[in-house]
Amino acid sequence: MRTPAVLAGVWKYRGFIMGSVQREFQSKYRNSLLGAAWTILNPLAMIVVYTVIFANVMGSRMAGHSAGFAYSIHLCAGLLTWGLFAEITSRGQNVFLENANLIKKLNFPRICLPIIVVLNALINFGIIFGLFIAFLLVTGQFPGWVFAAVVPVLLAQIVFAIGLGMVLGVLNVFFRDVGQFFGILLQFWFWFTPIVYVTDVLPPAIRNSLVWNPMAAVVTAHQGIILDARAPLWSSLAPVCVLGLLFCVLGMRLFRKRSGEMVDEL
Amino acid sequence: MGSIVIKGLGKAYKQYPNRWSRLAEWMLPLGGPRHKLKWVISDISFALAAGDAVGIIGINGAGKSTLLKLITGTTAPTAGSVAISGRVSALLELGMGFHPDFTGRQNAYMAGQLIGLAVEEITHLMPQIEAFADIGDYIDQPVRVYSSGMQMRLAFSVATVRRPDVLIVDEALSVGDAFFQHKSFERIREFRKLGTTLLIVSHDRAAIQSICDRAILLDGGRVAREGSPEQVMDFYNALLGERDSGKVEQVVTDEGRVATTSGTGEASVTRITLENAKGEAIEVANVGAFVTLCVEVKVNRPVARLVLGYMIKDRLGQQMYGTNTHHMDNPLVNLKAGDEAQFRFSFPLNLGAGSYSVTTALTSSETHLADNYEWRDLAFLFIVTNMNRKQFVGCSWLEPTVEIIR
Repeated sequence: MRTPAVLAGVWKYRGFIMGSVQREFQSKYRNSLLGAAWTILNPLAMIVVYTVIFANVMGSRMAGHSAGFAYSIHLCAGLLTWGLFAEITSRGQNVFLENANLIKKLNFPRICLPIIVVLNALINFGIIFGLFIAFLLVTGQFPGWVFAAVVPVLLAQIVFAIGLGMVLGVLNVFFRDVGQFFGILLQFWFWFTPIVYVTDVLPPAIRNSLVWNPMAAVVTAHQGIILDARAPLWSSLAPVCVLGLLFCVLGMRLFRKRSGEMVDEL
Repeated sequence: MGSIVIKGLGKAYKQYPNRWSRLAEWMLPLGGPRHKLKWVISDISFALAAGDAVGIIGINGAGKSTLLKLITGTTAPTAGSVAISGRVSALLELGMGFHPDFTGRQNAYMAGQLIGLAVEEITHLMPQIEAFADIGDYIDQPVRVYSSGMQMRLAFSVATVRRPDVLIVDEALSVGDAFFQHKSFERIREFRKLGTTLLIVSHDRAAIQSICDRAILLDGGRVAREGSPEQVMDFYNALLGERDSGKVEQVVTDEGRVATTSGTGEASVTRITLENAKGEAIEVANVGAFVTLCVEVKVNRPVARLVLGYMIKDRLGQQMYGTNTHHMDNPLVNLKAGDEAQFRFSFPLNLGAGSYSVTTALTSSETHLADNYEWRDLAFLFIVTNMNRKQFVGCSWLEPTVEIIR
């Protein structure tokens, strides 16, 4: 299939995509008493844990910030955006396996499935990030116009996550080790990214090696914008953009070449 | 709208000697292919014009489901092509890929959207879907609590809520209960009348013979036979008994029907006659007449146990009645070569008017699947006419008395 045909297929099945996104969101909390509140409670609990342990118990304070919320904001800016990245990639790598039942029985554009995953991740992120913005406004910590810079950073990050997720998703069908391996990698990756800690606390040797981590630039950019009202150093985002596009092209090529064979492996 | 043309269709799965060789093949493009192709279907060509109804039969693993998947486009072919026109509705492997955690209603929407219906349309059709599936309050329960029959009902109901140009059904109808089977066959027949092309896989002889006007027998991934349902079903039946020795003969009879004979030949039927109450051989009998079916059998090689079975079938090959001497507790034992026997089955011919055929089977037990000495389809033909009975329709004579109370 050529790209226009793929897009036409997606457009034709937009009803299915939107319906699936809606159904998935609804069904996630269908049998729970608190319902959609869990979307918020889960990350909130994580933020509270990190804030309490790192900011208070361990007594670490943000250098140059007197406000009590500074560390929480630093943490949220990193944790929430990392959460979006992690959700797209880890759901993306399983998307074909999870929907094997559907893929084997019905003929429809398979590309709809990763799109559903991305849209769902964006909705979850939208909710929690919206709350975060509300929190910034209420506590008077909103950085002002510079906040708009978050949008292009998010965009670059999403493209990167989609590309990576697609590549992993296709590979995982043929080599199930990929899923296991990426699960472990993601944990190391999380701690290799300055989300919980601040870059300054790292020894210089490790700090310099962070340039090899595209997500470090993304997370640092978010933290800079939101906590310090400082526009990001755009050139630091070049690697993530290039890698993102590269993965997207690779992912689409892999997908097109292997989607026929994929059904046989499920 | 609704035609299917299949040309040289083949499907092979890649088989790698071990888990690493796929990786090696991907990573080292110059190393050449490291897999072997395992062909499950090869060189299949046939065409269905709009409105045709074709049944596909074959033993498990003959490639029936793979063929349907290729036709619906779920799987990509390795060779050849499939051209299909019009809206296709397919029920593969007993379902439509329902998600176990979603409710029946949600799944109905999802499946409906996947076969190209808009949300408003589905909302509009939902009462019909619910009514046909007839699963009551379960429609709002997650599908994981459904029985397989209920899933099938819902899937069939969604897939056929709008008449498709092509309907493809894979073994699906065997799951539902008798009532639902009737209902769904009724719907399929109605679609046929309106011009839907039909492709079904089934082991149910009656289903294929009553709905399809053509049958295709798949064996080892190839078309082994194509023709009228009766002829192909007879051949298939013979093939089941002949899996080892493989001797199946089909001869065209005087009226153009195909008589199938198969078996290992330890014993054979030499003569069949139908006698009336006076002991005269007849070919035409009155409804309800008392008749005797005489079957003469010759033993060619020694056999320890010999059972003779017979089956009366109507013009369409539907079974009217059949039994054998095993069920009648009368098997013959320890027969020598050259032994002969005459079997006389007497019964009232309570059949409706029409032409009937007799199939005979010589076996060692109640089924021809163990030892099949000889299986003879269309071994004898006779006609039943209504000479002096009250007018009635149908293939059985169940004459009642009537009492009216008012």
